[in-house]
Amino acid sequence: MNTGYKVRKFGIFAALPLAIFSVVLVLPFAQGFFLTFTNWNGFKYTEFSGVANYTKSFKDPAFWTTLSFTLKFVVVSLVAVNVVAFGLALLVTAKLRSSTILRTFFFVPNLIGGVVLGVIWQFIFNTALISISQRYSLPFFSDSWLNETTTAFWALIIVTVWQSSGYMMIIYITGLISIEQDVLEAARVDGASAFRTLMTIKIPLMAQAFTISLFLTLRNGFMAYDVNVALTGGGPYRTTELISMHIFQDAFAFGNFGTGQSKAVIMFLMVATAALVQVSISKRMEVQR
Amino acid sequence: MKSQGRTFRKIIFAVGSVLSFAYVMPFVLVFINAFKPKYDILRNPLSWPKTLDWTNFQQAMEKMNFFRSLTNSIIITVISVSALIVFSSMLAFYLARTKSKLSKVTFLILVASMIVPFQALMIPFMSIFAQFVSLNNRAALVFFYIGFGVALSTFLYHGFISKIPMDLDEAAAMDGANDLTIFWKIMFPMLRPVTATVAIVNALWIWNDFLLPRLVLTPETQTLPLSTYLFYGQYSTEYGQAMAGLLLAVLPIIVFYLILQRQFISGISTGAVK
Repeated sequence: MNTGYKVRKFGIFAALPLAIFSVVLVLPFAQGFFLTFTNWNGFKYTEFSGVANYTKSFKDPAFWTTLSFTLKFVVVSLVAVNVVAFGLALLVTAKLRSSTILRTFFFVPNLIGGVVLGVIWQFIFNTALISISQRYSLPFFSDSWLNETTTAFWALIIVTVWQSSGYMMIIYITGLISIEQDVLEAARVDGASAFRTLMTIKIPLMAQAFTISLFLTLRNGFMAYDVNVALTGGGPYRTTELISMHIFQDAFAFGNFGTGQSKAVIMFLMVATAALVQVSISKRMEVQR
Repeated sequence: MKSQGRTFRKIIFAVGSVLSFAYVMPFVLVFINAFKPKYDILRNPLSWPKTLDWTNFQQAMEKMNFFRSLTNSIIITVISVSALIVFSSMLAFYLARTKSKLSKVTFLILVASMIVPFQALMIPFMSIFAQFVSLNNRAALVFFYIGFGVALSTFLYHGFISKIPMDLDEAAAMDGANDLTIFWKIMFPMLRPVTATVAIVNALWIWNDFLLPRLVLTPETQTLPLSTYLFYGQYSTEYGQAMAGLLLAVLPIIVFYLILQRQFISGISTGAVK
């Protein structure tokens, strides 16, 4: 085929989307990386500053608070969301007459944006639970969970699980129903218990669902922003700021564009490393069936 | 043996009911409190409203500029999703059918870009596009959604197109059809299941997105998620209004979901298996 034809085909099918992709994603990404090595102030830069922005970022104690808070959040939400989602998937596939309706209930929180969720749950923690605990004198909720760092952390986890377990549940359901019936039938004939079947047949045969769901929850954990802003707002005293919100605040509230952007690059490296490690471990489990 | 199975099912049913109650409870709270005056909410947030009081809704609608926000949300979501369907299906067709090193590398770059968090480019992003945004912020936002969404959507289409035998397009080419005709008349209709997935995944994301619109839009062009953020600071004063506003904000997407429930579920599962 001649080159003119090839160029024309590229022009018709691929040029525009690739151009938009490059301008919107590749260009700011490359520029952002480049700017961290300058004294950029959000508008212009006058000289190169080496790794000064990075050393400054690591000297910021608030950044360390954020990093450890974020890592804790990622690990706990990863485990909690997946355990709950897998449990819900088992429940919904247990051939109950009400399973369609249950599935809807579990999935609906997922349709709603993080900000709306955050505001709803803020009302629950700050007003509803307190009023209930006063009425029935339950000590557990007498103070708002959002006023203290530890309880605010668990509040974030509860809302995250509530929001995203329904989505992951769908992925696990897809995995569960893709298992061939005769394999399960054979296990039943051999007298395997339900628990044994689950551990040695179902879970290994649906390993791909775990790879995907773990990847998504890992990524969502690092990138969580909406729920954070609308639920705790980072408070009390910036102790519950996840990394995403911390970067936003650093750049747009305090005007530290240089450190803000270098923290963003650090965040990217963390997400990329964690995702690569997780996917390669999970893939290995998939092969081993 | 049989009776053991039945008790087991009863236990499962009970667990399911308790859990679904926990998942729905927050919505119930929003619903019942949206109709109550402030004092009643404070006294007992769990009580059923005594009368159906619509004033909260009136005030919330006014404050959120409900119909304008709803229209903005619909315009932005519909245009972005349609553009994403057209652009990424064509790009995927090109990449899947062109066997060259360049197309392979392009595809890999697209896949790799999916792990780049928006936060990693948000800051330079705003200074690069400041002028475009001030010119027409809704158009800019749609443009950004195409840029950010094209990788995942192309990936989904690519997986599907690769499974369709090449003989099909070759036969059509033999009959004298050009590439565009082959794509739109033969290929695109076959892609319907993926198109549903692409539409749903992107619509959910764009409809609920908060961070990007917050950076880009102005009060006149605000979307529904931005309009609900208004109630965030006003908590100490107007609970009822906030609850009514939240209810209004979530209603459109829930109705949409209930209508297209089956497509949603299969859309997510096909999207995930890829």
